Amino acid sequence: MLRQAAVVPAAAALAPRPVAAGRPGLCLTWQRYLTALALAVATFFNGGAARADTSDFATAVNALGQPSGDAVTSAAQTIGASGDARALGLLEALRDGAVIVTDGGEVTLRDASGALHDAVTGAPVAATGHPATLDNEVRRVLDPLIARLELKSPAPDVRLAAVQTLESRSSEDDAPVMRDALASEKVAPVRRALVAALAELDLASNDPQRRLGAIAAIQETGSIRFRSTLQGLVTKQDDGTYSEPDPRVRSGAQSALAALDRKQFMVDGAADVMYGLSTGSILLLSALGLAITFGLMRVINMAHGEMLMIGAYATYETQAFFHAHLPEHESWYLVASVPVALGTCMLVGALLERSVVRFLYGRPLETLLATYGLSLLLIQTVRSIFGPQNVAVENPHWLAGGTEVFEDVVIPYNRMAVVLFTIAVVAFVSYMLRGTSLGLRVRAVTQNRPMAACMGIATRRVDTWTFALGSGVGGLGGVALAQLGNVGPELGQSYIVDSFLVVVLGGVGKLMGCIVAAFSLGILNKVLEPIAGAVLGKIVVLLAVILVIQKRPQGLFAPRGRGAEGT
Amino acid sequence: MTASMPPAPAPPKERRAASVLLEAGGQATLPPLSRRRARPLWEIWAVFGICLVVGVVVPLLNVVPAETSALHLSEFFVSLIGKLTCYGIVAVAMDLAWGYAGILSLCHGLFFALGGYAMGMYLMRAIGTEGNYRSTLPDFMVFLDWKELPWYWHGFEHFGFAALMVVLVPGAIAYLFGFFAFRSRISGVYFSIVTQALTYAAMLLFFRNATGFGGNNGLTDFKRIIGYSLREPSTKAALCAISGLALGLTYLLARAVVGSRAGRVLTAMRDVEAKVRFCGYDPVAYKLFVWTLSAVLCGIAGALYVPQVGIINPSEMQPSNSVEIAIWVAVGGRGTLAGAILGAFLVNGAKSWLTATFPTAWLFVLGGLFVLVTLLLPGGVVDIFAALARARGNVARGIRGAQSKAVAPAPSAAPAGPVGEEPRP
Repeated sequence: MLRQAAVVPAAAALAPRPVAAGRPGLCLTWQRYLTALALAVATFFNGGAARADTSDFATAVNALGQPSGDAVTSAAQTIGASGDARALGLLEALRDGAVIVTDGGEVTLRDASGALHDAVTGAPVAATGHPATLDNEVRRVLDPLIARLELKSPAPDVRLAAVQTLESRSSEDDAPVMRDALASEKVAPVRRALVAALAELDLASNDPQRRLGAIAAIQETGSIRFRSTLQGLVTKQDDGTYSEPDPRVRSGAQSALAALDRKQFMVDGAADVMYGLSTGSILLLSALGLAITFGLMRVINMAHGEMLMIGAYATYETQAFFHAHLPEHESWYLVASVPVALGTCMLVGALLERSVVRFLYGRPLETLLATYGLSLLLIQTVRSIFGPQNVAVENPHWLAGGTEVFEDVVIPYNRMAVVLFTIAVVAFVSYMLRGTSLGLRVRAVTQNRPMAACMGIATRRVDTWTFALGSGVGGLGGVALAQLGNVGPELGQSYIVDSFLVVVLGGVGKLMGCIVAAFSLGILNKVLEPIAGAVLGKIVVLLAVILVIQKRPQGLFAPRGRGAEGT
Repeated sequence: MTASMPPAPAPPKERRAASVLLEAGGQATLPPLSRRRARPLWEIWAVFGICLVVGVVVPLLNVVPAETSALHLSEFFVSLIGKLTCYGIVAVAMDLAWGYAGILSLCHGLFFALGGYAMGMYLMRAIGTEGNYRSTLPDFMVFLDWKELPWYWHGFEHFGFAALMVVLVPGAIAYLFGFFAFRSRISGVYFSIVTQALTYAAMLLFFRNATGFGGNNGLTDFKRIIGYSLREPSTKAALCAISGLALGLTYLLARAVVGSRAGRVLTAMRDVEAKVRFCGYDPVAYKLFVWTLSAVLCGIAGALYVPQVGIINPSEMQPSNSVEIAIWVAVGGRGTLAGAILGAFLVNGAKSWLTATFPTAWLFVLGGLFVLVTLLLPGGVVDIFAALARARGNVARGIRGAQSKAVAPAPSAAPAGPVGEEPRP
């Protein structure tokens, strides 16, 4: 079998291959032809590479010391095919220029410290020398040889990289080695890569049976990048013929294409849902505080966006503090910024409530205007403190990067963290409202204020606390937004319209409605984006919201019962 | 629709009391009808004075005296006054909807911009082949490598068609949107929020190059309007005069609407919609009428505004612009037409002055205005005059006896607290 493998290059050189021969990289010069022939002859006389004994290996290693590039090339190929355990290290050393030919003609390896060792026995050698011949021809041969050897490496990463190297070379010579590797491969991503690489080779072969097999393999793995290749097989050329002569292969390609399309659709759908969850969680974070101030208290807080902005700036300040005073824990500033942002925004919220908002209870339109004025004041204040430019909030190292869930669908860690953070904030809010005595008071006051007052609840103080809580939750949203985008004085302005839509759509006063509305808007947005473009998608979403409100004026989750008609 | 929906039962007394704190419709602070209608005379004179100044005096002072004369007004001043007058029309339109009908629309900026765009499209077509690229197409289309005019640009080469569109486009959009919104009884802040979202969406739409209205840069570089060069001072003065005339006509129209039966129904609806509905009036029709009229007026104001400023771009559609319109009306005094005009002149005059002299202070001033006016001066500047007039009356009556003084309403500017469901005296 390996003998055959060694002979193939020669055969390949002689037999023109219809597809591959057109590529310039594979145009065989007569030197390469000679090299291949020499190798074939050499392996023939060696009686098969697999059975090559140590002395053959040693001969080949010694041949590396020759000044001629062709000789080195053929020696490297012999070493690569020998199956010897030392082969990989030796070839890598050759590639890296660490194979030193001593003045006495001995081939040695230079280790990291610069000392020389005999390439075959490993014994130390005290001599001076020059690096082995390493011209472009040698380099070209070395890479696939090393990659083939690396296919047997115990580390999956190395194997995967090796498959990719071989695949990019796309040479028929590698097919048998890859088939061997596939038979023993256990790790799924490497298997997929191997199958894909083999399928690409097989598709280019002359044998219809191999092409059929390749198409079956493509259909099985469902690798989307073969779509255009398959499309080429089943499309008529300009002269009315198919590039693929065999009708069986064409029909196979046709059904494989259909399968790929189905899979693509599923993957796209899943990706849309995931990106939509991410967008939705941002919407939810920005709307959740509003669901308290607007939903529970009926205060139209147009300055809510500025709470997000203040939360983001609090994050920035925490980062600056950690940078200055606790540089060794700098990446944990994010954890510290959560209570900081919550506290800052609660304080600002309480101040606003005490100074302005409380005088406007029961007058929603005036509240709208006054809080809009507050938002302008807050923006301008922040602008005069921090300057009009965006400030830089960096992701801590444990949020950098991402993971590939499907082919070409990468979810960054910070997006995932935002989704988790949103869940935590929702849990926090519902605990505050359902599980604490403050929450009990808040609900009592919003449901029946005079009765709550009769029971001895200080309703004014509860108002302040509720407003502060809503603002604080907005600040938590700001922490998350600071991880995703720019932090500037106008950060909040871009979220306020969407937040209000979410609260109105969800049904005022309903936490669950807010959650459902945020995620459905987020997913709808992401599904529409590729179809209609980002802007038109947004407009369609808006029209959809208006239509939904037509149908259900109280929002998706309308409050029922006696309290329902009050609004 | 209204028939299929059982009329909402009037809340029982005790529930009403319980929900008053959070749910009193927000119109409670406006004085009742009778007082508002008691001072038409000085109002008419004030508006007439403003229109006279804008329509006659300012343009004449620009054109007639020599440039060196002390009486000469600069072109900058003329176009500033013209701009403010257009804002005045918008303020009247806003006051019709908000002050008299209780509809706080946050898309008046959009209607204003739509009217402006319709006029801008005419002005673009009127450039002809004098653009930078010497093409019959507007410059930005050449820049985008478009070969022919999009279908919605056809007809705008005629001034009459453009003028029709100035009225029809905002009117039709307002009618459609209002029909759906009022039919499902979206009112109060919900209406505000949805209209704000509409403005936001429209702004995003107009920012796209592919929409075909010049994208980011909008429409600009106008050359002439119905044959008159826009560079000529006399054209500018004429535009200013026309704006003044339009403001006067708008005021008279608004006055007629407010004084009519429909106007009284609307005002009643603003205060207690449910009761008016029980009396057999259909709120949808009334609201739709005043809302569409208001949008059309905004469109006309936008159309007058664009040739004077020389540019229209999507930033006119920013949601913040629409909120600002509300504050002009609030500062001047909503529920009074003259107050709205006054507010537009005051706020925008202050804006032009402050953004030039103290650029960073402007947002503080504007934000402060929003807060202070709503907290301390819900009736607007007009209320100060009214308070002064009342104080004078009190002094006169005080001579006759202390008894009537005790009954007289205190000119209170203090805000109504959360319990203040009753209209202030």
